[in-house]
Order: sequence, then structure tokens, then C-alpha cells
Amino acid sequence: MNGGVGDPAELGPRPEAEIPPEACECAPENPVEQFLRTDRMPHIWCPGCGIGTTVNSFARALLEAKVDLDRVAVVSGIGCTGRVAGYVRLDSFHTTHGRAIPFATGLKLANPNLLVVVYSGDGDLFAIGGNHIIHAARRNLDIKVICVNNFVYGMTGGQVAPTTPVGATTTTTPYGCFEPAFNLPALMDAAGAVYVARWTSYHVRQLTRAMVDIFRKKGFCFIEVITPCPTLYQRKNRMGEGLDAMKYYKEKSKVRHGAPTSEVALTLDGDIIVGKFVDRERPEYMELMRSQLAAQLGDRYVEVEHLVCS
Amino acid sequence: MPHADPKGVLTGVHFMDGDHAACEGAIAAGARFAAGYPITPSTEIVERFAARIPTVGGVFIQMEDELAASIAIAGAVWAGAKAFTVTSGPGFSLMMEHIGFAAMTETPCVFINVQRGGPSTGLPTLPAQADMMQARWGSHGDYEIIALCPNSPQECFDLAIRAFNLAEEFRVPVMFMMDEVVGHMTEKVVIPPAEQIQIYPRRHTRLPPGEYKPFEPGPDLVPDMVHAGEGYRFHVTGLTHDERGYPSMTVAAQDRLVKRLKAKITRAADRLACYETDGVEGADVVVVCYGITSRVALRAVHLARERGVKVGWLRLITVWPFPTKQLRALARQIKAFVVPELNLGQMVLEVERAAAGQAETISVPHAGGGVHDPEQILDAIMEVVR
Repeated sequence: MNGGVGDPAELGPRPEAEIPPEACECAPENPVEQFLRTDRMPHIWCPGCGIGTTVNSFARALLEAKVDLDRVAVVSGIGCTGRVAGYVRLDSFHTTHGRAIPFATGLKLANPNLLVVVYSGDGDLFAIGGNHIIHAARRNLDIKVICVNNFVYGMTGGQVAPTTPVGATTTTTPYGCFEPAFNLPALMDAAGAVYVARWTSYHVRQLTRAMVDIFRKKGFCFIEVITPCPTLYQRKNRMGEGLDAMKYYKEKSKVRHGAPTSEVALTLDGDIIVGKFVDRERPEYMELMRSQLAAQLGDRYVEVEHLVCS
Repeated sequence: MPHADPKGVLTGVHFMDGDHAACEGAIAAGARFAAGYPITPSTEIVERFAARIPTVGGVFIQMEDELAASIAIAGAVWAGAKAFTVTSGPGFSLMMEHIGFAAMTETPCVFINVQRGGPSTGLPTLPAQADMMQARWGSHGDYEIIALCPNSPQECFDLAIRAFNLAEEFRVPVMFMMDEVVGHMTEKVVIPPAEQIQIYPRRHTRLPPGEYKPFEPGPDLVPDMVHAGEGYRFHVTGLTHDERGYPSMTVAAQDRLVKRLKAKITRAADRLACYETDGVEGADVVVVCYGITSRVALRAVHLARERGVKVGWLRLITVWPFPTKQLRALARQIKAFVVPELNLGQMVLEVERAAAGQAETISVPHAGGGVHDPEQILDAIMEVVR
């Protein structure tokens, strides 16, 4: 949570927009508002940041999928995207750095009726939390992971991440990043995810559609959302503002559904292959557990849906 | 208090080791979820849980590491389960962050640590009691926990139930501090009928959504809980938060929250104090001990009494919060405390602090790997009274 040297890690709350009260009264209610903890606004995200855009898609996807909101639980780790849990008007857990997935594992196994959505950033999920995400995918645990990838650690001031493209400048790679980056869809595909997609915060409709897909699909589902970090990543790499990122995403994104995930690695300024790469069926963790235990224990197996204590 | 669910209670007389007894205690207490990672000498607890829980109605998952195990239990608790994890020194070190998370988010849960020699990989198969301070202070920041220390397989069963009950009552992580000898020794364990086992229920709010504030404390400074999926749309964070559970990173919010997390335990310290004594009245010397060392120390006490020394024996059962007031009162009546433990002097610091100069405090350290020779403790007693 500490800011980087010379870089305002957290810009703090923005001054409230000066909208005349009469304008508010006649404005139609925003359909997304019911999903937000409006009493926590303004949020901490910077102007031009893409995280809020993904939350908009998330809310619209919940609406479109007609999910019972009382059974949705959002789990976040730490970081800019980690703050999503705090802004959604849902049961929500802001856990420790990298551990959203194991928290979500306990939550889901103790109450399989929940729709458990892990909403976190690339550093949280793939650096400090990298071990957990591959194991959750291997198990095919029925959780939905939305990974907002802005290529840096935003909250701490723009340090290098396992997703930072080679050549990018960050506050801890001042002479340019030389570490190879993870190709997140390939990693998730290899680990066993049943649904893997990538979109950008430019592709709001496709992203919403993908979220609807994963809310309806059983098993470990993964969506990577490429988003701009204008304050740190864009600025350090002379990539302009949030709007410039949108232009880049628009020009360089190539929709290739079903593309082999080995071919979708990202580079500093190259094409962004987007689309639904993986959509397959594998038995889900709880199904496997239950069928194994029932087969081995017969009548002695006591299956309990929700492990709620008195 | 309601009683235990008979489905989980193996009523009868058993011959079992401390690890297995602790597992049975957890099940009797209502634990229906455990997440673990294998580590000697604690593994038998989760092995038994993995074998037993599908026939009782619950879930065991072996996680990819102790970091995962120690927060998977928090997830299960917020879904409604009673949950615990099990480990030993190296794994306990990895769990520290989530002890702090559980303390901060007031997640009732139990951490069992079957202590072995350290630091680092140390002595995987041999005993120590060298994680006693880590149990209290291991996570960053100011917080309080409760720690219990059994000295027999029977007590592993009985105290495991107490550990879960205290976790629920105070909404705090409870450290269950076993040691390798207690974990692996096999003795008679009597498991009573379920109706004789009292269970502290989850402190679930009676308020409807809208009126309920997740971190608004009751008169005992402990807030009531809700579970995910019940329509409360609540938020839980490890950040400093207000009564609504919303992040509130101000000096005032920090002061209010952290002081309450501490006070909810310290205010109940008298009620939590739990120890066993033998011949403390009129004693010149009192041996303060816990866990396996208490059984070795008792032999030394008997030998000293044969030599005419007025020596008492005080076995700590609740180790944290430390019974400072009780030991301070005792210090005024005696000449010295003798404190044997399987470490180089940890709880002796607390005894010394409690004694506050009223009585001498003598450490009888042992680096671990075995237990004391009773003669070592005897020598310390005889030295004091010489």
C-alpha cells in the first residue's frame, strides 16, 4: 500500500464532481448502480484506468445472466483490482496478497451453492498467487477468475510484474524489463481451465458476453482483461493516456476464437490476440470428490451440500 | 450451550495418540472443514480427518501449501463452516499472515501446531515447545489470540473442543499448541456421549440485512457474524475497517479497531485463565510448565518433595492470554518460580514479567529433540532452596 518513490501510488479520492442536484433528480438511474456500494464512491482508481470498465461489464453480465445476487461472492486479493471486492454491493472478501483463490476454495467447498468470482490483478494472481491459480485450475474448482492485467503493480507504484512485456520500463526495471513474461491464457490452458478468454477494456460487449458465459459454465473459468494503467505503465512507456490505450487496443486487437494459446503471447506494442481460446468440459472438483467418495464408501458416505454450523 | 452433533462423536473408550484425539475433538466440536498440508509430526491429524469426515458430512482438502491451507479455512468459515488447519513449525511460519488476517477479520478458526524442533527444518520428528512466542506474536501488527496447550491425548480431545468454543465465542483464531511427544503418545482417551459435550454456537446475527453492521461489537466487544449467500451483501477486509466493514484508513479507525481486537480478549483474561496446580499452597518453589514438560516436571517435583522441599507444580493450560494476575499473586507467596520448557526460554519471560521481582524466576531450558531429564529440573529446584 505504500507508494513508489516519486510516483503517486494512490492518488486518493478525487474531488466530487459538481453536478447540480436538479440534474441528478431527472437523470435516469444507472442500471449498474444497484451493484455498487455507492456510499463508498468516489473510488480510488485513476482517470483512464480500465478496472472500473471491467466492473461495469461485470455488473451488466450479472444482470444479463439473471444471477441471484444473494448467492454471488466476490473474492479479491491485494492491489488496484483487489479493491473491486470493496466496491461491489455483494458478499465480498478482500483477502491477503495472492490468496484470493485459496480463500475462494474454502468458501466454495463449504457452500457449493455460491457463485464464487475471484476478481484480482495479474501480480496478485500470477506472481505471489501463482501457485494457487494453477492448482485451482488443475482441480477444476468451480470458481470464476477475472484477471485484470495492466502489466504492472499499480497500487505500489508501477513495479515490474510477471506480465510486464520485455522492453517495458517500470519503476523496478528502470533500464527496461528483460524477464520473459507469462502468457496467461497458455498457462491457464495448460493447468486445466475449462474456459479461457482474453479481452481488453475496449471490448466491453465481448467482455460482458464472456462473463455471462463463465457464470453459466461449471468449472474453473478464466478471463484475462487487458486494461490501461495510464498513471504508471502508460506514462513510463510513453503510451499516452487511457484514450490512447483504447485506440491501441482497437487497432491492434485481433479476434481469434479458438486460437492455440501458445500463439497468444503479448508483446510491448504488438498485436493483442483476443477471443475465447478454450471452452471444454472436464469433471468439476466437487463432482469428482463426491463420485469417488460415494463409490468407495457407499452408504457410509454422508453428502452435505452446505457445511453450515449451528 | 447446545450439545455436540452425535454424528461426529465417537463415544467410548479408546486407545489413541494425541494427533488422532485432537482430530476427534475437532470433529466433536463441529469442525466440518479442514485444509492442510502434510508436515511431520502433525500429519496424522489430517489423515484421520480425511478418512473420517466423509462419513460425518464434511470436506477435507489438501492444499498446495500452508499459505493456502491457512486461508482456505477462513473462506470456509465465512461460508458457514467450523474449520481448522494443522501444521508444525515450518508450516506455522508460513501461516502467520493468515493468523493476522483471521484476527483482523474476526474469523473464528483453529490452528493446530504439533511443535517440533526448529528453527527452519530443524528436527522434523522430534519435540520442542519453541513456537510459543510465535503463536502469540508471529503475525505483524497488534492483535490478540488465545492459545491452549494439552499434555495428554485425553486433553488433546477435550481441549480441542474448548479451542473451537473459544474461537466462536471470541471470534478469534485459537492456537492449539501440541508438541511431538503429546501428538504421538498413545493413551486412554474417553470420548463422552454427545449430549455431554457443550458446543458454543456461531454468533449469528438476528438482525435483518439493512440493520446489521458486520463489525459492530456487542457488549463483550465481539460482533455477530453472517455468512456469504444469506443476502446481507457484506464486506470483509484485512484493511483497517469501520463497523460497516468498509476500509477506513484513519488514525481514529485504527485506534478503535485494534484496541477493541485486543480488549475483547484481555478483558476476559480472568475467565480465560486455565491452569492445573498441585501443592502450590505453602510452597517455597513453584514449577511452572506446560505440555509434555509438565509431565516430566511432575516427576522432578515428587523427587524434590522426597527431599523435603516444599515445591508446587503449576501447569498452564491456557497459555495465551498469559495468566499474569494469577501468577503475580502467587509470586508474593513463594521464593521462586522454576520454568522448564523445550526451548531456550520463552514462557519464562512471561513468568518473570508476572513475578515482577516478587519471586525469583529460574529458566530450565532445553533446545528440543527430547524432553528434560527430571534430574535437570530437580537440580534447578534444589539450587533455589539451597
